[in-house]
Amino acid sequence: MTSLAVTPFPHRHLLGIEDLSTGEINALLDLADSYVDLNRRPEKKLSRLRGRTQINLFFESSTRTKTSFELAGKRLGADVINMSVEGSAIKKGETLIDTAMTLNAMQPDLMVIRHAASGAAELLSQKVNGSVINAGDGSHAHPTQALLDALTIRRRVGHLQGLVVAICGDILHSRVARSNIQLLGKMGALVRVVAPPTLLPSEADRLGVEVHHDMATGLKNADIVMMLRLQLERMKGAFVPSIREYFRYYGLDREKLAHAKPDALIMHPGPMNRGVEIDTEVADDINRSVIREQVEMGVAVRMACLDALVHGELSAEVGEAE
Amino acid sequence: MIETTAPKTAYVNARLLDPATGTDGKGDVLTVDGEIADVGALFDAGTPDDAIVIDCGGKCLAPGFVDMMASLGEPGREHKETIHTATRAAAVGGVTTIVASPDTRPIIDEIALVEFLERRAIETGDVRVLPAAALTKGLAGEEMTEFGLLSEAGAVMFTDGYRSITNAQVLRRALSYATSFGALISHHAELPELAGDGVMNDGETATRLGLSGIPAAAEVIMLERDLRIAELTGGRYHAASISTAESVDAMRRAKDKGLKVSCGVAPYHFALNDAEVGPYRTFTKVTPPLRSEMDRQAIVAGLSEGTIDVIASHHRPEDPEGKRLPFAQAAFGAVGLETMFVIGLELAHTGNIALLDLIARLSTRPAELLGLPQGRLAKGAPADLVVFDPDPPWRIDAGAFQSKSKNTPFDERPVQGRVLRTVVAGHTVYDAG
Repeated sequence: MTSLAVTPFPHRHLLGIEDLSTGEINALLDLADSYVDLNRRPEKKLSRLRGRTQINLFFESSTRTKTSFELAGKRLGADVINMSVEGSAIKKGETLIDTAMTLNAMQPDLMVIRHAASGAAELLSQKVNGSVINAGDGSHAHPTQALLDALTIRRRVGHLQGLVVAICGDILHSRVARSNIQLLGKMGALVRVVAPPTLLPSEADRLGVEVHHDMATGLKNADIVMMLRLQLERMKGAFVPSIREYFRYYGLDREKLAHAKPDALIMHPGPMNRGVEIDTEVADDINRSVIREQVEMGVAVRMACLDALVHGELSAEVGEAE
Repeated sequence: MIETTAPKTAYVNARLLDPATGTDGKGDVLTVDGEIADVGALFDAGTPDDAIVIDCGGKCLAPGFVDMMASLGEPGREHKETIHTATRAAAVGGVTTIVASPDTRPIIDEIALVEFLERRAIETGDVRVLPAAALTKGLAGEEMTEFGLLSEAGAVMFTDGYRSITNAQVLRRALSYATSFGALISHHAELPELAGDGVMNDGETATRLGLSGIPAAAEVIMLERDLRIAELTGGRYHAASISTAESVDAMRRAKDKGLKVSCGVAPYHFALNDAEVGPYRTFTKVTPPLRSEMDRQAIVAGLSEGTIDVIASHHRPEDPEGKRLPFAQAAFGAVGLETMFVIGLELAHTGNIALLDLIARLSTRPAELLGLPQGRLAKGAPADLVVFDPDPPWRIDAGAFQSKSKNTPFDERPVQGRVLRTVVAGHTVYDAG
């Protein structure tokens, strides 16, 4: 992208998608695009965040998101500290707010939080002086995942407007689904959710999506098939009866994928359960699966988000600057 | 064994009863290859030469009965009943399709067990046996079974038999999940904590006999809960067996709301009341228990108006060892395949229900709930028929039962009406001669 326009980004925190305008989303994706190019160069370091301190506060285990945020901060020149639950004061009984206040006293500029409770990022944002980025709170939101998914699609297809996107699987517990529904809806895509009724939140249709219980109708003419992870403890009879039944009716295999458009892209936020929600053959199809690309886009999108929050504006030029 | 090819047969000179079309009149039925080929005034000008002709002598001909709830003893309790003996009993009672309860040993909660039951039924059964699969694994009331795969294997319904799902979240998820497959969930609505160690209806008789009682509220509390969960989920819910006046009211309200709910009743609940327990007659120990006379009358009214959809035998064979015990220790249950229809006929004779409506409760409506093509006299429907005379008087004789077990509360009861012939897939499986 070569746009020279500067888009103001008047947000202190990035907690969800709802606060972002379509213009801001486009500008974030433009900036991220330039960071993709940077990340592919041997020399990846910029100094946009030099002198800034970023704390990654992960109350839930995570490999790719934590690594992605860490790399994003470091590539922009920030000092990045990782805090995970193991060895933290949380294990010793400290509350979230006390932990936040303690860390806040050390004057971080950016705090990236992942927490099992919906609303944890919001709570943290009320207590600290710096910027908070929500890296996933409970079943509520995961805005950087939605942005990286959008970037992946945009780079492959060229646009988001008018695309049919089928989000399949455990919608009920998924923050990824909620953020994607918001973002894709804002950008003019037609979003469908496909799941057994037990894995759909009530009144899901009120989110502005089409609700399907059958993969054949849900995937019909889809441009994008986005699979969600189903946690193992949820398929032993409580939400679905068994892995084999889930895979039979909701697992993405060649047969079900045939209902989508012939060039439909396959996405997954990871980590995948092969043979549960997605067949290995489909997951590894180099022509269709963009699952690895999603991971690459993740770093670039997070760089754009950190940059935008610190500088309060977005310009696609910066990636080329140094 | 159900044979696969059947000779072309003309059933002539019958009073046709078909609730599906509201037919009650003189006519004939032609069956070819196990299916009904034609219905109506077919042979006034003479019968075809190539068909076997069965003269019904002006007696009633109706679609065979579809029993939504029967325990067949097999596998696991073959000393009480087998598929062979149960289907013999069914044939005598005019029942052409039995839905087998999954509370066998082992419990029918796996695809292979559904297939086993189907295979055994084809090999040893005289009438159709369709498996119901367990609603929860091991009937434990915790984890739902594979509704999709089990339906594909042939399970027509999901139920935990005489066990109730106490955890409302489990029932909610099961009913919700079942909507994907249109599966029918049948539930025994009885709050176990309130039923406690009760052995009969809570009331005067229980008090006089010194037996612990099961209050009517144990049923209606659970049923009301279930109906609200059915409303929440949009699932297809069937109360397997209701027994109280308040349950009939609850069902009526739920149906008025437009919910996809239905209910069944066992013959003893419209024929008997808790006074029948009398001198500790263990053959009257059933679940839910025989209720008060007021409840019984409400059940009759519910059947008459259609609030109660289905009459099911709730056939539950028990050997003498299970019943020759002090009342509190005796097993629950009564056999019912052979008596379901004649006990039902009592309601028609007393003017409580039209004969056509009785056939609807015994055949058309259960077939409809189960999604079966049976239950109607229509071209292309399976040739599952019953020929009966509603009038001749006789006495029920448990000793003459085809069933291996004789635990009936109706022994020596004077009744009216007899099955003359039962036809499954175009073959006569019972002929009273």
